[in-house]
Amino acid sequence: MSDEEISNNLTKIGETIIQKVRNNEVPSIQIPSRTTSNIVYDDRAECYVLGEKMTKRDAGNIRHVKRLAQMLKVASFCKKELMGSERHVTKRELYYISESWGDKLKFKTQDRSDDLVEDIEAIVGRPREDLKINPKAKGSIYGDMTLRFKNPKGETMEVNCLDSADGQSIGPRTCEAEIVECNADKVLAIETDGMYNRLMEENAHEKFNAILVNLGGQATRATRRIIKRINEVKDIPTYIFTDSDPWGLHIAMVIIAGSAKSAHINERLATPDAQWLGVTASDIKNYKLRSDELRDVDLKRINELKEDPRYNDSKRLVDELSMWQEIGKKSEQQALMRYGFEYVVDEYLPAKLKELGAPGF
Amino acid sequence: MPGKTAEEMALDQKEISVAEFFEKNRHLLGFDNPAKALITVVKEGVDNALDACEEAGKLPHLKIAIDEKGNNKYNIKFRDNGPGIVKEQMPSIFGKLLYGSKFHSRRQSRGQQGIGISASILYGQLTTGRPALITSRINENNPPKWFKLKIDTMKNEPEILEEKELDDGFEPGTEINIVVEGKYLQRYHSVDEYLKQTAIANPYAHIEYRNPEGEEYDFKRAAHKLPPEPKEIKPHPYGVELGVLVRMLKKTDSNKILSFLQNEFTRVGRTSGEEICRLAEVDPDRKPSSLKHQEQEAILNAMQKVKIQRPPTDCLSPIGSDLIRNGLEKEIDAEFITSTSRDPEVYRGNPFQIEVGIAYGGELMERENEKVKIMRYANKVPLLYQSSSCAITKALEKTDWKRYGLEQPGSTGTPKGPATIFVHLCSTWVPFTSESKESIARYPKIVKEIKLGLQECARDLQRHLSKKQKGKKEKRRKKIFSNYMPLVLENAVELSGQGQELSIDPIMERVIDEELVEKAEVGEEDE
Repeated sequence: MSDEEISNNLTKIGETIIQKVRNNEVPSIQIPSRTTSNIVYDDRAECYVLGEKMTKRDAGNIRHVKRLAQMLKVASFCKKELMGSERHVTKRELYYISESWGDKLKFKTQDRSDDLVEDIEAIVGRPREDLKINPKAKGSIYGDMTLRFKNPKGETMEVNCLDSADGQSIGPRTCEAEIVECNADKVLAIETDGMYNRLMEENAHEKFNAILVNLGGQATRATRRIIKRINEVKDIPTYIFTDSDPWGLHIAMVIIAGSAKSAHINERLATPDAQWLGVTASDIKNYKLRSDELRDVDLKRINELKEDPRYNDSKRLVDELSMWQEIGKKSEQQALMRYGFEYVVDEYLPAKLKELGAPGF
Repeated sequence: MPGKTAEEMALDQKEISVAEFFEKNRHLLGFDNPAKALITVVKEGVDNALDACEEAGKLPHLKIAIDEKGNNKYNIKFRDNGPGIVKEQMPSIFGKLLYGSKFHSRRQSRGQQGIGISASILYGQLTTGRPALITSRINENNPPKWFKLKIDTMKNEPEILEEKELDDGFEPGTEINIVVEGKYLQRYHSVDEYLKQTAIANPYAHIEYRNPEGEEYDFKRAAHKLPPEPKEIKPHPYGVELGVLVRMLKKTDSNKILSFLQNEFTRVGRTSGEEICRLAEVDPDRKPSSLKHQEQEAILNAMQKVKIQRPPTDCLSPIGSDLIRNGLEKEIDAEFITSTSRDPEVYRGNPFQIEVGIAYGGELMERENEKVKIMRYANKVPLLYQSSSCAITKALEKTDWKRYGLEQPGSTGTPKGPATIFVHLCSTWVPFTSESKESIARYPKIVKEIKLGLQECARDLQRHLSKKQKGKKEKRRKKIFSNYMPLVLENAVELSGQGQELSIDPIMERVIDEELVEKAEVGEEDE
C-alpha cells in the first residue's frame, strides 16, 4: 500500500470522529478487537488472523477518552511527519517523541504507545512498517540477490546482499525493497548468529545456491516480511534451521503461520509454505548429538504447542514434539560441530534438504 | 535455736499503717516508674481540682506548671479556682490517706477512694524528702491559709511543719506545690498528652499548662456551662458484694431487715423487699445487726434472684454528644467529627453510659498509614496505660472497621487510618482492673455497649467517606473529560483537515452531567 493510501486511511479515522461531532454524537471509533478471544486461525491464509469482533473507543467513556485522543494524535503524527517522507521512527522513538505533545498526551510508558500503534495497524489493516514505524533491525541477509531501495537521503540505490561483509541487515528499507535480481533457488533461515556465520564461512550460499537469513532468535517482523516477499516474488522455497527444542520449532512456526500478537497483519508476514528443516528431535538420536535434559518449562511448552491449532495439520511436527517428550532431550544447532567445521555443510544440510525435496537435491 | 512462743510472736505483730503499706506497694497506685509517676501526680491533682470545681458549681480554670529541679526532680504546681478548703480540714485532706467523701457514695466522680492527692504528696516525700506546700482560700471574707506538711507514714496522720495566714492577694481557690522524682517524656505517654485529652473530655474547663521545656499550652473552653451535677444514689442490690452488705447491715439505722432493704438500696420497694426475705428465709422483722453469717449470705443470694427494676441513671454525668464534638473540634483540626452519647445501661447493678467520638482527616492525615489513635476515658479521666487489657480496646478490636472504610489488616485488631477515636465510659462505679485505674474490666455488657457506640459513629464516618469518595470521583471524571474531549476533536480536525468550526463543549457537558453510574466501562484504565 502506498503512503498515499495509508494517508487516506488515517484521514478516515479523523473524519469518522468529525462526523459524529457534527451529528452531536459522542465521538467513538471501532477497532478490530485484539484480545486473544478474537484471534482465529484462518485455514485459507494458513495463519492467525483477527476475527470479526470489534471494540469501541468511546470519548464518552472515562477509561477511553485519553487513549482516543492519543490515538488521533499518533495517527495525525504519522500522516504529517512520516507519510510521503523518507523518515522512519522506531516504537521507542515514538514514545520519546510523545514528550513534545504535552503532559496530557504524552505516554506514561512505552507499552502504552506500542499498544496504540497496534490499534492503528489494526484499523488501517497494515503493519506499522507501512506507517513508517519500524521494528527492530535484528536479522541480516546474505546471498546473491540484488535489492533496490531508497537510501535515507531519498536516493535510489541498488545493493547486492553479498556486498557487505556480514550480510545486509534487514531494516525498514530492506524489507520493503524491490527484488531486482535473485539467482538463488532457495532461502535458508538460521536461528543463531553462530550457525549463520558458520554457513557463510563454509560457503553454504554457493554450495546450496541459497539466500542465507540470520534470524537472531525469534524473527522480527522485518525479517518475516522479507522472507515472505522473497517467497512470493521469486517463488522459491524457504527452509528454517533452528535448535532442536520446542522454542526452535516455534521460531519456524511463527515464520510459517504468524504470531498471535501480529494477528491483525499476519497475512502480510506469514510464509505458509516455508518448511522446518531441523535440527529435529529425531536428529538428536540419528546424529548422536550432544544434548541437555528438557526442563519443566520446555515440557510445558511442548504441551502448549500440541494444543496450538497451527500444529494441527502437520503430523510431522506433532510427531517431533512427541519425540522430544519421549527422549527428554534437546540440542543446539552447534552440537553438529562435533563432526568438524565442514560437516554441517557437507553432510547434515544436504541430507536434510534432500529429505525435504529441495531444488537441486 | 528454739522456736518463738505465741507471746513472743504476738509482740512482733503490729498494725501496718496505710501510708507504710503504700510505701511498699506504690506501683498499685500508678507510681511504678518515674515517667508514669509524674503523670499520676498530675492526674490526681487535676482530678481533684475538677471534681471540686464541679461540685461547687464553678467553671474550672486550672493552671499547672512543671519545673525541673535537676536530678530528675520536678516541682509540680497546681492552681485552681475551686471552692477552697476550710483550714481545719486541710491537713487531713492532704496529709492522710483514704480521707475523703467519695468512697461510700454511689455517685459518678473522678476520684473514688481519696487516695490520690495525699498519695502524690507521700510519693514526693518518699522520693525527694520534700514537704508539700498548700495554700487555700474559701472566699474573699477569709484570709488565705498556707501549710507546709508531711505525712507521718506510721500513723497515717498529717505532720504540719509550718502554717500561717497569708495577706490578701491570693484569689479564692487552692494551690498545691509538690516536689517529686519523675521523668518527663513527650508523645503518647506524657503529661502533655494527658492534659490535652483531659481538655477534650472536659471542654467546659480552661486549662493552662507549662511543661518542663517551658512550652505553654492554653486549652481554652469550648463550652460555658457545667454539665448537670450527678445525683448520689444508693447501691442497687445486683451490684452489692458480701463485705459491703455486712458493713451496711451493721451500720444501718433501720430496725428491721425489710426497712433496711427499702431504705439502703435503690429500687427496692415493699414487694421486692419481702420477696428477698422470703427467698432468704429470713424474718423481715429481724434486726439487721442480728443476722448470722449464713443469713447474710442468704440475703445476698436472694437479692440477685428477685426481679428488681434497673437503677435510675440520673446519677450519671455524661459529657454529651455535643460537648464531645466541641472538645474534639477545639483540639483537633479534623475534616470530619462525629459523636454519640448512648442511653445508660447497667452492669451488676451499676449504671453506666458509653460515649464515643471519631475525628477523621485534616491534621490527622499525617498519620494516615499508622494505627488510629485511641483516647480512652473513665468518668472524664483519660486512661493512658494498660490499653491492651481494657474493655475499650477490646471492643474496638472486635469491630469490623473495613465495613466502615478504615483499613484493618487481618480484619481484627486496631484499625489504621487518619483517625482519632474517643471512648468515654461513665459510671457510678467504674470497674477498673487495678487500683491504679488505668484500664476498664471487660464485662461483656460494657464491651457490647462500647461496640454499639463505635459502630454508630463508624456508620457516620463511612457515610462521610463514601460521600468524599464520590465527590473525588466526580471531580476526577470532570477533569479527565475536560482535559481530553477537546484534544479528541483537536486532533481529529488536524487528522482530517475538516471540522475547524466545531465545538465539542455541548457533547462534553452532556457526558459530564450523566449520572455517575458504574456502567460497563470495559477496557483498561488509562490513568
